[in-house]
Amino acid sequence: MNIFVCLKQTPARDSVIRFADHGKRIDESGLTYELNEPDAFALEEGIRLKEENGGKVVVVSVGPERAIAVIREALAKGADRGILIENDESFQVDAFAIAKALAAVLSEESPDIVLTGLQADDLGFGQTGVILAELLNLPHASIVVKIVEISDGSIRVRKELESGWFQNIDMPLPALLTIQSGTNKPRYATLMGIKKAKTKPVEYYSIRDLGVEPLRSQTIENFYAPPKTKETQFFEGSSREAADKLAEKLKFEARIL
Amino acid sequence: MSVLVVAEHHGGKWHKMSWDTLVAGQTVAALLKTELSALILGAQIEPLAAELATHRVDRVFVAEHELLSEYSSDGYTIAIQQVIGRVSPDLILFPHSYFVRDYGPKLAARLNRSFLNDVIDINVKENCIRFTRQLFQGKINADVTFSDDLPHFISIQSGAYRGDTLEPTGNFAPVEKIDVTIDPTDIRTRYGEWFRESKSKVDLSSAEIIVSVGRGIKDPKHIPIAKGLAEALGGELAASRPVCDNGWLPLERQVGSSGQTVSPKLYLAIGISGAIQHVVGMKGAEKIAAINQDAGAPIFEIADYGIIGDLFEVVPALTEAILAIKED
Repeated sequence: MNIFVCLKQTPARDSVIRFADHGKRIDESGLTYELNEPDAFALEEGIRLKEENGGKVVVVSVGPERAIAVIREALAKGADRGILIENDESFQVDAFAIAKALAAVLSEESPDIVLTGLQADDLGFGQTGVILAELLNLPHASIVVKIVEISDGSIRVRKELESGWFQNIDMPLPALLTIQSGTNKPRYATLMGIKKAKTKPVEYYSIRDLGVEPLRSQTIENFYAPPKTKETQFFEGSSREAADKLAEKLKFEARIL
Repeated sequence: MSVLVVAEHHGGKWHKMSWDTLVAGQTVAALLKTELSALILGAQIEPLAAELATHRVDRVFVAEHELLSEYSSDGYTIAIQQVIGRVSPDLILFPHSYFVRDYGPKLAARLNRSFLNDVIDINVKENCIRFTRQLFQGKINADVTFSDDLPHFISIQSGAYRGDTLEPTGNFAPVEKIDVTIDPTDIRTRYGEWFRESKSKVDLSSAEIIVSVGRGIKDPKHIPIAKGLAEALGGELAASRPVCDNGWLPLERQVGSSGQTVSPKLYLAIGISGAIQHVVGMKGAEKIAAINQDAGAPIFEIADYGIIGDLFEVVPALTEAILAIKED
């Protein structure tokens, strides 16, 4: 099986996000980055597919040069080949442009299955996989919690619906799946894996050379802290003092005690 | 400018986000001083179309086809594409439902357009429409404009506009049928019956007090700290998604878009950052209290009471304080 997994490098989950140029852009100076958490589950699903069905896992990322770190991480965990589509803009590229760049590269390959995480934790579009399926003319299922079965050129997956409902979906391969978080336990890279990763091939493209235009169908005019919808009363002091004040409020103001 | 709202139903039952989206459509149509249409797709949906027509819209479009009797991304994409071709809307609003997440961006891409999801506010200034959405798990807001051509495709976050107060009027808007052509071979996916993994025995929606734990609890061995507080308060224990994904609490205690929607008198969030997917499930609570060590956690945007601190110290102290008050 030719398994392709799309990865994004995003700011670490607990990052404090600061603005620059009066909210015109995100201040990237203090940020550290990691593999987008939902993509880690997609990667794990891809590596398991290879272990069960044979084949190769190719990981693809669109991002600045630093995004090579997530490709190296994936190679260390068991992916066989990496592709980095370089693009200097971190936060002003919409999902449409990213999907077009991925489609430009993947249309030259012959994937049996393409996996993405369900969304990126930074911009939160949750669109890249769905658009990519359209651009590659592949059937897709989104928010997949389980690959139930693969047989005779078709695949059955379990998809999550709202409010705790699920549904199985059958479709022919090749197909694209967006993988829900928490559906498996992503492995760690082994020392041997990290060593091997250094010898695995990585190809580089530039998003502009791929003819992706426009890079921006949407413009973020400004970033800002969300306005508070409620006036929060904060309780300070030691943990005990704060807890006592909150308990008082719950009794006398919220009247729930 | 003309505005089209796509209403969603599951097997003849309205998705409640349809009403939120309709209110968003009414709001933006008023701002733009333009007409508002609504679209409904399916099979045998005349009663729904008639109901929609009494809810302050100028026109209702109905796209009926046997192959639309159940949802498919291919079927919905093809049908709505044809409707757009016929009625040429400039701005199309969708509920940010799981279905729309599945076909909305695909439909837009087919028409060479981008899609803007999870919009929480729409403003019009000098004929320029700005859409507000949240980034970084709700930590940041951004105002976004489109630079591609009309129509614009957007989805409205659940609860961003309040559809629950929308009442039918005595007026019927005209209902217009739109013929759509779908070939069975166009639909590449086969969808099975809906099912639930386990019958949920816990009904959190009727709980008056909920103590809910998130990632901040760090390890399943700490769950009893939260459980102790829930017991002291006489409330139910709940959790955000990552806690259930890790198996630290059963799925039936999950609050959020993929779990239960709750509206207790008190929702006490422990170590929950307040990502959008969680907040849509609990923001209807009368009072929200949050304990979190990150002062920038979005949960504090909606909290009435907040403690910025170490939950492993604060929660046991709070449990003691509550038990002491109850003993008095």
